[in-house]
Amino acid sequence: MAGNKVKKSLFHEFIKGWWDENPVFRQLLGMCPTLAVTTSAINGLSMGLATSFVLICSSFIISLIRKLIPNQVRIASYIVVIATFVTMADLFLKGIFPDISKALGPFVPLIVVNCVILGRAELFASKNNPGRAFVDAFGMGAGFTIALLVLGAVREIFGSGTIFGFLSFEPLVIMILPAGAFITLGLLIGLMNYLKDITKAKEQPAPACLPAGRQAR
Amino acid sequence: MDLLIIFISAAVVNNFVLSYFLGICPFLGVSNKLEKAFSMGAATTFVMVLAAMVTWLINNLILIPFGLPFLQYVSFIIVIASLVQFVEMFIRKTSPTLYRSLGIFLPLITTNCAILGLALLSALREYNFIQSVIFGLAAGVGFTLALCIMAGIREELDLAPVPEHFKGAPITLIIAGLLALAFMGFAGMLSG
Repeated sequence: MAGNKVKKSLFHEFIKGWWDENPVFRQLLGMCPTLAVTTSAINGLSMGLATSFVLICSSFIISLIRKLIPNQVRIASYIVVIATFVTMADLFLKGIFPDISKALGPFVPLIVVNCVILGRAELFASKNNPGRAFVDAFGMGAGFTIALLVLGAVREIFGSGTIFGFLSFEPLVIMILPAGAFITLGLLIGLMNYLKDITKAKEQPAPACLPAGRQAR
Repeated sequence: MDLLIIFISAAVVNNFVLSYFLGICPFLGVSNKLEKAFSMGAATTFVMVLAAMVTWLINNLILIPFGLPFLQYVSFIIVIASLVQFVEMFIRKTSPTLYRSLGIFLPLITTNCAILGLALLSALREYNFIQSVIFGLAAGVGFTLALCIMAGIREELDLAPVPEHFKGAPITLIIAGLLALAFMGFAGMLSG
């Protein structure tokens, strides 16, 4: 993605993951944990933090050893590095926060196959120095966490029917169920596209973005 | 009877894609043509059955006797990656057209969370060998089913007037949500 462009400032590498290249809303990566664990805001937040930890550590390590890895076995090597950090995160959660670990279930080990992490390793960490890889992973992790937090908060508000105990209405049970996850995310991405078009029309006419669904993996 | 319950539960009632959210990436990525969706489903099913067998053997014959369950994630993912490599070589030899049409999504089966999820779930539920294989087969059938239904709908969707900002991913997700609602109808079929 950032392949042949000129090197951008560190700040830009950090901030791009928040909005322009948000892994969930714009790139549609890492959908499985996004949809599965966001039944409440706290679950979304803890999953986002666990993923960010793995993303930052593995990006940094992969960037350090990027010149030692032969090209043919790079994916396998990345996965082994990622799996190591996932095991650490999993054991940490099990030991310190057993409740959260139980709520997230098999989705903590499944961070191994989260496309966000492998995608950043392949697209960024393998081509940049450890400092830039660290900043990039930090920004992407933050973007992922924000997306999960927003989705979790929306589903919690509508699904449990209370907003900080003030407003209360009949909860929409569907929002907690699997169907609610798909629909909420679909509506949120639609909203993001709309907002992006509005801000773009104000600034300058830019080439239309491809619908991201075709590139999703 | 026990095996039948495992099969129906994993294929329909607790469909991997629509109720466990496993394998969403290929579900969104490859579901635009029915034919492609079916071959992707078949390849994934094949890998799933093989992975269920091999990971069961590794887990029960090596990791548990030697007290190394913390190596589960690393060893499972390596096994799955090599299986996918094997399937890729097999398809390239037997059907070059299929190989080309699946393209990038074939190696990406490695990062399909449905397969690792399957291995982890059957280890977690302590299935025996036969049960794991049935579970793998059922999960694959369920995945193929969801993928094909979605592809069928999306082929029609090309002709539908979708609001500008909902084209592509958003409408696909909303349809998936409606499908998940439909699949909830099966929930009462098996108690427990």
